[in-house]
Amino acid sequence: MTLGEPLLNISIFGAFVAVTLVIVFRASRNNKTAADYYAAGRSFTGPQNGTAIAGDYLSAASFLGICGAIAVNGYDGFLYSIGFLVAWLVALLLVAELLRNTGKFTMADVLSFRLKERPVRMAAATATLAVCFFYLLAQMAGAGGLVSLLLGINEAVGQSVVIAVVGALMILYVLVGGMKGTTWVQIIKAALLIVGAGVMTIWVLALYGFNLSDLLGAAADNSDAAVLEPGVQYGLTDLSRLDFLSLALALVLGTAGLPHVLMRFYTVPTAKEARKSVVWAIWAIGIFYLFTLVLGYGAGALIGKEQILSAPGGVNSAAPQLAFELGGSILLGVISAVAFATILAVVAGLTITAATSFAHDVYANVIKKGRVEPNGEVRVARITVVVIGLFAIVGGIGVQGQNVAFLVALAFAIAASANLPTILYSLFWKRFSTRGALWSMYGGLASALVLIVFSPVVSGAETSIIKDVDFSWFPLTNPGIVSIPLGFALGWLGSITSSRREDAAKATEMNVRSLTGLGAEKATKH
Amino acid sequence: MSNAATPTNDETFARIENSDRFRELKKRHRSFVLPVAVLFLVWYFAYVLLADYAHEFMSTPVFGNINVGLLLGLGQFVSTFAITTWYVVYANRHLDPIAEDIRADEEATIDEGAKR
Repeated sequence: MTLGEPLLNISIFGAFVAVTLVIVFRASRNNKTAADYYAAGRSFTGPQNGTAIAGDYLSAASFLGICGAIAVNGYDGFLYSIGFLVAWLVALLLVAELLRNTGKFTMADVLSFRLKERPVRMAAATATLAVCFFYLLAQMAGAGGLVSLLLGINEAVGQSVVIAVVGALMILYVLVGGMKGTTWVQIIKAALLIVGAGVMTIWVLALYGFNLSDLLGAAADNSDAAVLEPGVQYGLTDLSRLDFLSLALALVLGTAGLPHVLMRFYTVPTAKEARKSVVWAIWAIGIFYLFTLVLGYGAGALIGKEQILSAPGGVNSAAPQLAFELGGSILLGVISAVAFATILAVVAGLTITAATSFAHDVYANVIKKGRVEPNGEVRVARITVVVIGLFAIVGGIGVQGQNVAFLVALAFAIAASANLPTILYSLFWKRFSTRGALWSMYGGLASALVLIVFSPVVSGAETSIIKDVDFSWFPLTNPGIVSIPLGFALGWLGSITSSRREDAAKATEMNVRSLTGLGAEKATKH
Repeated sequence: MSNAATPTNDETFARIENSDRFRELKKRHRSFVLPVAVLFLVWYFAYVLLADYAHEFMSTPVFGNINVGLLLGLGQFVSTFAITTWYVVYANRHLDPIAEDIRADEEATIDEGAKR
């Protein structure tokens, strides 16, 4: 079964690509220095950057995944969106401004500021690349699933071609447009996504006389009375409840450690604009998640659980099916194009983050020890973009049909266990040391990875990646509840046992800079 | 470059760190963000634990098909928006003026130090 007319879906998406390509080419004219390429010359305003953050953050998983989860699992789906939103307060209160004031291009700039630079930078770059890699794979795999639903391409070869096209487009955007082009793609996509979801929300509410209670009643009647109560998905056993707690922890602490989110704070001229960006992002993301609540229950009410689950794409098909039900093939075409644009924009943001981290942290500062010829860094970054793009295409084809949600949850768990402890410690704890940073980052990263490998996600359950063997011993699908406290504990333990004297002058400089913005990187002038 | 490690720069930063203005800025910043961070995390985890373990309580109908769980969930949205606005007002009023003062007084010194 295919929904709507694939040709129409493709042409609306094609129009989006054409418009954004023109904008990217125009925006790229001023890309001269590293600050231009990595941080868009720090010239975006807070509202622009906030919209781009929303564009970066609201991935296809957020849109299709949460709508579908609410339609099928009801209240338990709603819980995801709350974790994803509340997490932004960590970024707003504890991270965004201090990070903007202290760093230059990457998360590692801040983490290695007052510690022994090369090992800490290398660890931060490793964690950055790991998070980007899993997030990227999830997005590429999601693209494959979307294709089968919206374009009617069900065979693996066709899906692979589409993944390759998405990958190639993404390489083109990032190669040509750098951070400026990527940001514009994200801004346009965020606007389309929020307006599109908003129109559908008002439409659904209008059908029920703008009475939320009636809408919920219809969803309960049509799908399952339990959708209004918590526990459909996670309430079955004690283990699944614990798993939910683990996920909730990873969601709320992961966001402020996501490198592609952190990097966006460098695209604005001052810390005050960084604060404004987060405020805009919180409103945009919050309102969007409120829309998904209505859309999810709307899909449950108007389409029903059975029909959603039996369609190709399963849970993810709730939002597209609802669009078709409401506005026929035109609205479906628009929503599908927005969903594709979403994948493209998120993938572009991840790629430029990974490439920047490799070129700026690993190549320029660790390998070349800071002695790079002008433009050498950006050249390496561009080459890295192509390499990462090719990896993402091959990886995306490889993970087709896999359980996508776990890849995203894993990225959040790594961000929360490997990145966040070190970020918070280095901003707020004077005694934090190089050893603490290394233990925390490598320990958090390794424990999250190991626990995932030996969890039912990888082996031993019906939905596992490897089906016939069982080498699992960790019972939860999300490692957060173990690996996040471990990351914090290792950072503390490493610091109090360390005998190395850290650079006191650097600590003073970081302390003053982070709060006052004195000597912070300024916008480039053209 | 801003992070050129000239003695002048280090001295300037040390002097600022020991100044009353900076101490006041740091105190105001921490005494807001740390308690508020604890507050919203406790509220979030209280909500998560209720949703996870107190199904009956969360399913209590309030009016129509709206139950306690939905209201508490929407409450998380409201508190997030409210804390965001609260912090912005606080920062504009109590943090930015001091930070701007320090910057205005010191930027010239730092730039000179960097040139040496």
